[in-house]
Amino acid sequence: MAIIEPTASSEASIAVIPPATPSSAMGALKRPVATKGWRQWVFTVDHKKLGIMYMATAMFFFLVGGLEAVMIRMQLALPNGKILNADLYNQMFTMHATTMVFLFVMPMTAGFANYFIPLQIGARDVAFPRINAFSFWALLFGGLFINLSWFLGGAADGGWFMYAPNSGPIFSPSHGVDFWALGLQITGIASLAGAINLIVTILNMRAPGMKLMRMPIFTWMSLVVQFLLAFAVPVITVALFLLSFQRNFGATFFDVSAGADPLLWQHLFWIFGHPEVYILILPSFGIISEVLPVFSRKPLFGYPFVVFSGAAIGFVGWGVWAHHMFASGLGPVSVAVFSISTMAIAVPTGVKIVNWTLTLWGGKLWFTTAMKFAIGLIVLFTIGGLSGVTHSVAPSDTQQTDTYYIVAHFHYVLFGGAVLGLFSGFYYWWPKMFGKMLNEKLGTWNFWFMIIGLNMTFGPMHILGLQGQPRRMYQWTENRAGEGFFNLAFWNLIASIGSLVLVVGVFFFLVNVFITARNGKVAPLDPWGARSLEWMTSNPPKEHNFDSIPTVHHLDEFFHRKYAEDANGQMQQIATAEEVLKQLEDNADTHIHMPSPSYWPIVIAFGLPVTALGVIYSIPLAIFGGLIILMGAFGWALEPSTAPDTDFDPPSSGNTSKDVVHVG
Amino acid sequence: MTTTATDSHATEHGLSTAGYVRIALILAAITGLEVSTYYVDFGWLFMPALMIMMVIKFVMVVSYFMHLKFDNKLFSWLFYTGLILAVGVYCAALATFKFFG
Amino acid sequence: MWFTLDNLATAHDTHEDAAHTSTGLSNVKLGMWLFLGTECLLFGGLISTYMLYRGRVGTGPRPAQVFDIPFTSVSSFVLLMSSLTMVLAVSSAHKRDDKSTNLWLVITALLGATFVGGQVYEFTAFYNEGMGFSTSLFSSSFYVLTGFHGVHVTVGLIMLLALRGMLKNNKVPGSRAETVEMIGLYWHFVDIVWIIIFTLIYLIPA
Repeated sequence: MAIIEPTASSEASIAVIPPATPSSAMGALKRPVATKGWRQWVFTVDHKKLGIMYMATAMFFFLVGGLEAVMIRMQLALPNGKILNADLYNQMFTMHATTMVFLFVMPMTAGFANYFIPLQIGARDVAFPRINAFSFWALLFGGLFINLSWFLGGAADGGWFMYAPNSGPIFSPSHGVDFWALGLQITGIASLAGAINLIVTILNMRAPGMKLMRMPIFTWMSLVVQFLLAFAVPVITVALFLLSFQRNFGATFFDVSAGADPLLWQHLFWIFGHPEVYILILPSFGIISEVLPVFSRKPLFGYPFVVFSGAAIGFVGWGVWAHHMFASGLGPVSVAVFSISTMAIAVPTGVKIVNWTLTLWGGKLWFTTAMKFAIGLIVLFTIGGLSGVTHSVAPSDTQQTDTYYIVAHFHYVLFGGAVLGLFSGFYYWWPKMFGKMLNEKLGTWNFWFMIIGLNMTFGPMHILGLQGQPRRMYQWTENRAGEGFFNLAFWNLIASIGSLVLVVGVFFFLVNVFITARNGKVAPLDPWGARSLEWMTSNPPKEHNFDSIPTVHHLDEFFHRKYAEDANGQMQQIATAEEVLKQLEDNADTHIHMPSPSYWPIVIAFGLPVTALGVIYSIPLAIFGGLIILMGAFGWALEPSTAPDTDFDPPSSGNTSKDVVHVG
Repeated sequence: MTTTATDSHATEHGLSTAGYVRIALILAAITGLEVSTYYVDFGWLFMPALMIMMVIKFVMVVSYFMHLKFDNKLFSWLFYTGLILAVGVYCAALATFKFFG
Repeated sequence: MWFTLDNLATAHDTHEDAAHTSTGLSNVKLGMWLFLGTECLLFGGLISTYMLYRGRVGTGPRPAQVFDIPFTSVSSFVLLMSSLTMVLAVSSAHKRDDKSTNLWLVITALLGATFVGGQVYEFTAFYNEGMGFSTSLFSSSFYVLTGFHGVHVTVGLIMLLALRGMLKNNKVPGSRAETVEMIGLYWHFVDIVWIIIFTLIYLIPA
């Protein structure tokens, strides 16, 4: 059992106490207890390490998805594009969307949630640390599994919502869709396990006094998102299972010639898919709801309204899925019902925008990069939100369905909304996570290139779409481009140039990260004058987050420990951040129990792609994968949550490689 | 490993053994009634009767065997949210297929 | 088979006991109930698929031609009674009566195994009557739905047997009564899903 004892020096040391439980798991393997080298990452159950791993994984897939996007735009820049053939183009847009949605935005928000929720609610870790590690590995292996298809006969090519009959073997004879369906199944397991974990964490692991209505807004929005995930993922699980059974075992669930109803897939996909879009956007709403008050030097305007409008979005988000299907012949009653519910969901979203604007109103605005991105979100998301309202009008939507207008809309809400929020989060929380300040000058370049790039790329798509350019058209010809201001040639070229501007913007971010890591400015304890609990600890936080768990008395607890009203009702500083932290350190807990690392999360997660590969290629391999999972489950179940002392090596200096670890 | 603190705190709100057996007998009786619809013609009552019996059995197992009746409301809230959501969205989806009419 | 992990996992993976949580409730139990809530959407989707496709039999047999209601009634009854024995196991575990806990767990597992055996028999019989997995939309959706349920029961069986072994060898990390209770919750859930399947799929003719 790892117990962290505070010592005279500020550095915590690991001590060992006698075990209270029988010896190590399976009797043979020793518990991984390395605190150095690659093993501290691979077997870790620390929510902060896992958060960083989530974010690094997501950033990798962001670059992959971005490369795919650039190839799409290069293909469409000029008439008769020759960069991709039709088949490769289909794979490219399918994998671009799949990667960006499931392997970039979702894991990135999961990374933020993992890292910051325990810190924001005053906890030392999540409720189920090993499940947390399992979720991460399942996500990583699932993501790699989907992309493995590029090298094994071609990737999925049916579009990210994979409608029948495009998903069937006739239109998609490669194994791409098989990899896609099974890979998303694996990342779905990761999301589901993660969602249960984080919900229990938020409900159950709050610091004393941290009532629900005192929780930071990012934690609140994450809670809504995790509920959406928990209940939406099983729906796509069903759909993906049906698809796998059709493709791999001869069922005909979506085969019209066998009497099936192709709308079944559409319903299942969008019952999941619409909550999914709120899963993508709400974390960013949470992030900028943290950033705006800090850089406006004001509390968030109407905190309860922001909370409840978030919850309302989560709830109403279940009743609007069929607006993705207006053109499929649902019948007038269904269309009317879903049209109205879709208009209704704009209301809580509007409430949020009003609250953000009024948070800015009258504040002492400080235009840091984080703040710029946050304001960028408000403006650009609003544009995307308004084009979204035009879709709720069914007759208009019928015109726009499967045109570039739709592409413009969802890139404004996802890039202009979700992604800008994430970048705001990077700049805001980087000092907390890594103890160094990202360069603000480069950040400004990063911001403006991204803003200009995304408007150049996605703005013209409104025009392209209304002019009738179909979504997913792999080539256009000069004589179909039309003439005058609204001709397709001009605006396609602009959009393609815009995508390169975006690339430069993202490149500035990567350069910034690199320069900051090399010789960035060391972050002060409280660089922004922040308000919430995650800043009430060192940069970066210690392994156990807080030396003593703070008791919470206010919303914006950290602010209220630094400032109080004087006799005239003016806010006066009563303590510095250092003094607040010192107070916690002086009252440090003497025994801090942290969960021990474990092999089993990665072992079980590894069993999943093995099983999936077996489903595609050979059933014995699938059985083998199942046995890995079963073995992992037994190892897991038999493992005490903290390691007995026999698992620890005497800490000998720099000799960690002696204790070779056998996995699986 | 011997018992931990949680064991001694775990209060047994549930029923006595006899109580559980009684519940089981009721469930068995309802099941018998359900099966009888296969042999006896219930007329227009057939469908509503079966649905009501199904719901009663469901709720009894959840409330008594799964202790939801005696446990914290939060557990009920989490479970029934999932259940009601499932019934709601799937019935709505089936309705668009004109399943019910 | 991912639900195995979740359940075995949630049953043991906590480092805070219930007394110290914000709600005063156990992490594991909260996680388990939430998991069961999400399972409603999984089975709901499968049941809806079956409902949509139950009449689409193509050239294959219709439901009423293959279903053996007396047989399925017996196996449904067996599963229902396993819920009783499971709750008695939980009750004994809370009373720290190891002997009866063990006994009830074994009986529950036996009843569960009987149910799974019955399902294997039923599938074989259907297959012999010309209802293969890919014969028709009805047959595929029937096998997927009941097969999923069968896999859940099988996972429950593995957990019951593993639990019994771990109890016997004193290998349960964490609270024993709570572990039994969690596996009990899972088991009852599998039972209530069957209550619905039995009525909607078997008793109501297509």
